[in-house]
Amino acid sequence: MTGVRVLVGTRKGAFVLTSDAGRKSWTVDGPHFGGWEIYHLKGSPLDPDRIWASQSGGWFGQQVQRSDDGGKSWNPVGKDFSYASVPTTHQWYDGTPHPWEFARVWHFEPSHFDRDTVFAGVEDAALFKSTDAGDSWTEVKGLREHGSGSQWQPGAGGMCLHTILLHPTDEQRIYTAISAAGVFATDDGGESWEPRNKGLKSGEIPSEAAEVGHCVHNLAMHPSAPDTLYMQKHWDVMRSDDAGGSWTEVSGNLPSDFGFPIDVHAHEPETIYVVPILSDSTHYPPDGKLRVYRSRSGGNEWEPLTKGLPQDHCYVNVLRDAMAIDSLDDCGIYFGTTGGQVYCSPDGGDSWDAIVRDLPAVLSVEVQTLP
Amino acid sequence: MTRVVLPYHLKNLAKVEGEVQVEGSTVAEVLGAVEALHPVLRGTMRDSAGKRRAFVRFFACEEDLSHVDASEPLPAKVLDGSEPLLVVGAMAGG
Repeated sequence: MTGVRVLVGTRKGAFVLTSDAGRKSWTVDGPHFGGWEIYHLKGSPLDPDRIWASQSGGWFGQQVQRSDDGGKSWNPVGKDFSYASVPTTHQWYDGTPHPWEFARVWHFEPSHFDRDTVFAGVEDAALFKSTDAGDSWTEVKGLREHGSGSQWQPGAGGMCLHTILLHPTDEQRIYTAISAAGVFATDDGGESWEPRNKGLKSGEIPSEAAEVGHCVHNLAMHPSAPDTLYMQKHWDVMRSDDAGGSWTEVSGNLPSDFGFPIDVHAHEPETIYVVPILSDSTHYPPDGKLRVYRSRSGGNEWEPLTKGLPQDHCYVNVLRDAMAIDSLDDCGIYFGTTGGQVYCSPDGGDSWDAIVRDLPAVLSVEVQTLP
Repeated sequence: MTRVVLPYHLKNLAKVEGEVQVEGSTVAEVLGAVEALHPVLRGTMRDSAGKRRAFVRFFACEEDLSHVDASEPLPAKVLDGSEPLLVVGAMAGG
């Protein structure tokens, strides 16, 4: 392993941060697409130089850009995200029916089976798939048509499909998460889907028995234990050991039950990371201290990681796609803040340093471990 | 030829500098010609049904053409090339 490439999406463009394996000295390239909202960038695990970027804005709509040289140059590809059938309705914030309307791409998930296949999670919530590297997109319509769509409702950020987990060995198995609908899974490549939200508790919003309506913020999985899923929910950190069939709370001693990202150590399937944020209206760290929390036991027992992070007067947020993990031997952890900082820990979270401090608000962080 | 001035972000997207010159005597024809010349701009000024995007405006000869029927002829000075058609990202925000 020779280095890492960190892909940062912000409110005002994309940035590419590169370093050797020491992760102490960084080159910062950008902004790409200056002035546009870059919700997410992600590279192919089969071809790291192939990267997709979601470029959008209120004035001129959605663009999708693809790089085939590691982010040095970009070319626009397909941006037609037409729903596959009559969109029908979901619930609006007040519970009234509202038609499905495309707003933007929140997340790309490139396949680890085929370098030309990539999935896109969009708002209003739907899953799209491209098998020609993003030149064209087709809705995986079984998700939206499985029956519960009329009950889905937007979260504060919109009704977005924000998380896509691909099973490491079984191409037919996919997990998605939608705010505020919940987790949905397919075992047949997207033909049929089912909600997997049993055990999620959110103070009767919705009721614990509700099949959908849960405000899931993020999911994570370790490829060596793909039936174990971790979840940061609007309230609580949750764990499932049966592929989402049932969930139990593992918030333990966390200082807050709210947060956005969750991720798993590259080499330790039971080591997970979250960034507690105060719920619900403030959305900044408890006590003005920016702390990543690490559990080495798959939840319940958590330790704060603070070395190198601001421990007073810090009121930034860390959004759901703004944390990433590299796979170097000394696993690196990365996250970006709404204050424009991108932090790196080259030692599994023990110590942190800012790669950059003054970017626009960070929407997403991904990292590629380069050969 | 009709002269078209694109906003900053669309110039960058289409990788053009200065004005774009296309054939067309109505807003709809001009936009269609611009989109044909620069396919990346499809969907940025109007949707697939031809409806103007909410925060995009069209001006020429100090007139706001945003709410004029897009099939109406452009002003004479635009047609004779002495004035451009301006595509503008609407001022928004606070």
